[in-house]
Amino acid sequence: MDLKGKKVIVIGERDGVQGPAIEACVRSAGAEPVIVQTQCFV
Amino acid sequence: MSGSSRQEIKPVVKGVSYFLAHVPSMVRHGSKPSREIGKDSSLLSQILSHLETFEQAVAYPPNQVFIGNLDPDDLLRIPSPLYQNPVPNSSRWGAFGEIMPEEEFYGMLKICDEFQILMMEEDFLKEAFSRLEEHPLFTADDLQKLDNGVSLEQIEKALSEEEAMPVYVQGERLVGCVRSGHEEDFNLIPEILIENLTVKASGVLALRHLLDKLGGAEKVDYLLGCGEEAVGDRYNRGGGNMAKAIGELCGCSAAGGSDIKAFCCAPVHAIVMAASLVASSVFDNAVVVAGGSFAKLGMKFQGHLRHDMPILEDVLAAIAIWVGRDDSKSPVIRLDSIGKHEIGSGSAQQAILDKLVIQPLDRLGLKITQVDKYATEMQNPEVTVPQGSGNVPRTNYRTIGSFAVLRNEIQRDELDRFVEVHGMPGFSPTQGHIASAVPVLGHAVKKIMAGEMENTMFLAKGSLFLGRMTQLSDGLSFLLERNKGNK
Repeated sequence: MDLKGKKVIVIGERDGVQGPAIEACVRSAGAEPVIVQTQCFV
Repeated sequence: MSGSSRQEIKPVVKGVSYFLAHVPSMVRHGSKPSREIGKDSSLLSQILSHLETFEQAVAYPPNQVFIGNLDPDDLLRIPSPLYQNPVPNSSRWGAFGEIMPEEEFYGMLKICDEFQILMMEEDFLKEAFSRLEEHPLFTADDLQKLDNGVSLEQIEKALSEEEAMPVYVQGERLVGCVRSGHEEDFNLIPEILIENLTVKASGVLALRHLLDKLGGAEKVDYLLGCGEEAVGDRYNRGGGNMAKAIGELCGCSAAGGSDIKAFCCAPVHAIVMAASLVASSVFDNAVVVAGGSFAKLGMKFQGHLRHDMPILEDVLAAIAIWVGRDDSKSPVIRLDSIGKHEIGSGSAQQAILDKLVIQPLDRLGLKITQVDKYATEMQNPEVTVPQGSGNVPRTNYRTIGSFAVLRNEIQRDELDRFVEVHGMPGFSPTQGHIASAVPVLGHAVKKIMAGEMENTMFLAKGSLFLGRMTQLSDGLSFLLERNKGNK
């Protein structure tokens, strides 16, 4: 998937990959994160 | 309180107890179920038809692990789904505590109710009296408090005329109601008061089990509460001191106390603080106590209904832990092993585990593989997987194992073996703070004392971002190890 120029909603998981880590990845792929959250599912 | 000796004092774990209240009729009042029932009232009948009986809850293998009748690793030998494979001849009484039916637990709620918040039906209270009369941890003073029953009509009148919340037993039998504590205070509405009252009642029972085993309620110097409740009023929301409210009903007449707040990792913070108080000779005996989370009842119920399985989040779980001075035999809390997530640490999983596991072990000169077992987030995957929340313990164990791969302590293809040897299946009710590392403590103490294990590392995480005040995570860890006596 080409993320360049896309706006992205990031939902990370506390015990998995957290929001800021996903944010860094999508930024490096040229996307613009508009919301970044980390959720706790337990 | 002890004197001013500067001699080093090793803090030890003298005992641990665990308590489960099986309260299926309260599932409908959990945060998630009550919100969903509000949107779609037809859900209530589905919830009621998927509740477990007390006998099923007692025989449920993870519950038997929680109260100490099975070892966590025993779950590896029981076929899935676990709820279809009950433990034969299982008992409500365990090596670490008990599982109590709601008919008795409601009686305990009434005993804990100092302000007539609870109106309970008189015939029901008579039933509760005769049941609790047989219970070894209840006194005549307790039973006296069950005399204040009312008629069913009075309960129905309160429900129709006041701000009150119904209390059911066996799913749909109305036996009482919770009343408001103040007509204009949101902090004292029935929904919050029952949360707090269930924490108190379950915490008292966990502590009574601990004191029943160890004796010496009057020797407890300080109680550290670490539950998820927020006791308080309009001028001091979350003002607290559940610790003293619990200790009062356990004969801890010489104890002071306070509550520690740190989301799910509050119990591990409390253990480290208790150990520090003992090591510094401020107190000789500090006890950590936490009641269960009412709000989390039925939290994943939608996944359970979707898979037509019983709603397994039907228990309130409580713990009590006695930390005392070195007795040359009880396992030692290594205060030079504490790992902490720092404000500047960052929130990536790698950064958290570096702080909680790697840096403390480096400090102690230990390899990751030299820790016999890790106690991390211990949520029962049979509860979380159906709702898409994954197998949380396994994820955490694999991440710790990945560090061992990176540090060339194990090969990449040995990761599954690492998880099997140094981890264990999740078995804890999804009760937040209760699931976070501390359910393993009783098992670790037992195995270390029996010479079956040398040590266990406890690491707990907290999701501070849920309170909307910071994006930070939290975490704390410590190593528990065999007491080597004077060596």
